[in-house]
Amino acid sequence: MTTKTWSVPYGWLLLAPAAILLVGFTHYPAAATLVHSLFSTGTAVRPSRFVGLANYAALAHDPVFWQVLGNNFWFALGTIPASIALALLMAIWVNGKLPARALVRMSYFTPTVLPMIAVANLWLYFYTPQIGLLDKVTALFGAGSHNWLGDPHTVMGCLIAMTLWKEAGFFMIFYLAALQSLPPELEEAARVEGASRWYFFRRVSFPLLMPTTLFVLVNATINSFKLVDHLFILTKGGPDNASNLLLYYIYQVAFSFFDTAYASTLTMVLLLLLGAFAILQFQLIEKRVHYR
Amino acid sequence: MNLLEKAAAWLLAILWLLPLLYAMWAAFHPPAYATHLDALAPLTLANFEKAWGYAPFPRHFVNTVILVTMVLAAQLVLCTLAGFAFARFEFAGREIAFALVLLQLMIMPEVLIVENYLSMSRLGLVDSILGIGLPYMASAFGIFLLRQTFKTIPRELEEAARVEGCSWLGVLWRVYVPLARPTYLAYALVSVSYHWNNFLWPLVVTNSVNTRPLTVGLAIFGAPESGVDWSVISAGTLMAVAPLLLAFLLFQRQFMQSFMQAGIK
Repeated sequence: MTTKTWSVPYGWLLLAPAAILLVGFTHYPAAATLVHSLFSTGTAVRPSRFVGLANYAALAHDPVFWQVLGNNFWFALGTIPASIALALLMAIWVNGKLPARALVRMSYFTPTVLPMIAVANLWLYFYTPQIGLLDKVTALFGAGSHNWLGDPHTVMGCLIAMTLWKEAGFFMIFYLAALQSLPPELEEAARVEGASRWYFFRRVSFPLLMPTTLFVLVNATINSFKLVDHLFILTKGGPDNASNLLLYYIYQVAFSFFDTAYASTLTMVLLLLLGAFAILQFQLIEKRVHYR
Repeated sequence: MNLLEKAAAWLLAILWLLPLLYAMWAAFHPPAYATHLDALAPLTLANFEKAWGYAPFPRHFVNTVILVTMVLAAQLVLCTLAGFAFARFEFAGREIAFALVLLQLMIMPEVLIVENYLSMSRLGLVDSILGIGLPYMASAFGIFLLRQTFKTIPRELEEAARVEGCSWLGVLWRVYVPLARPTYLAYALVSVSYHWNNFLWPLVVTNSVNTRPLTVGLAIFGAPESGVDWSVISAGTLMAVAPLLLAFLLFQRQFMQSFMQAGIK
């Protein structure tokens, strides 16, 4: 039996409230960003005027922009593979025969429900020179006090460690779901054949978990560009932009330096990056469908 | 799993709880014991009292609760209507409209802070709770999730309701919404957690105590230059996260499942 669907005007009518808000706060601002990136920032004496690609030329010559982009790259490289490995390890442990398994799983996942601002508050104290936990631990090994967040060489590592703590448990649940969907016969067969656990993981589980790994990979990449809240507490992008990330730099340019045209230009770069990741993600989803 | 592995799993679990446990230690003991772990240290609630007094916490709490409730209520209505339109109506441009909706999944409002701030100032909504919530009310994720759910509901149920003389609104309200209850619950958990914790956009668009949510209040209060001592910051931080953390501890399974659904989309 075929069903009659409702007619045309109702569809758009139902959609209208959501559509107006979506256009107003997603599509319009995205388009306006592009337009504003082609104009100069207006001031009281000099109104905004069309400058073509001048803002993009300025961007190409802005050492801070390149530094920030580089930081984003290192931040992504430091957080993504490590959080994937950690999430996988956690999932395997929590999926195994572990006493008080629910408790362990809860403790891994807890950081996910905390706001990044609160996390930064908690971790700031670990990194404080002299009284912080990290300095106390290194003092046990005879090392002197160190300003972890004030040193350009260590600040990124500190932020990466904190982000791993915050994110690994979130990615764990995807691996956990994937592991639970693997047929148990596989493991039995491997045991009968005398395969070691490591061999089984390397040759059977890990390849079968590949779609999950790709999924986590893309999401972790997007997060590494979106997540800047902690910078407001821990470093403000410093010292000397050593921990600055693209979205935080956009915030600074727009709301501390009041250069909205240049902020729009920087936003365009971020939009292009996110767009590229999204295309990648859609392709991965297509692939995932093929697997089934 | 051998004993060594079990021990490692446990050690990691303890390590993962350490920051929170440490904050609890500092919050419930006098500042003199903040860095000095002593089992006999006296317990106190003074830090909570101080934190409550230093920052306008009651106001921030109220703001966050209003924000989260308002956003969720608007999302439920808007996403239900839009999701229903995409799932069960045929209209010109439906596929293109749906693709445009999905665009928001990658361009989240917090990426467009510059332009959205300009829009809010034109609308006169800077420094208002409505201004914080408005860009999130039409949620692509919510629309997508409800569309998928509505599509799985058998058409026969709808037929039956229509034979009984239900209008489309009646069908939506009596058939689709009740059957989509698990989806609504999952979505609500994710939305509430997201907006309870959201920071960058609320920071940008607010500039007074009367509108700032907890996260923004906490950031001002916890910034190193505020000079507030560690025990009080710990107490304030724990207060700000307590409602969500308690909800998570009580409904762990539901939280994890909802977050997973949100991630996979």
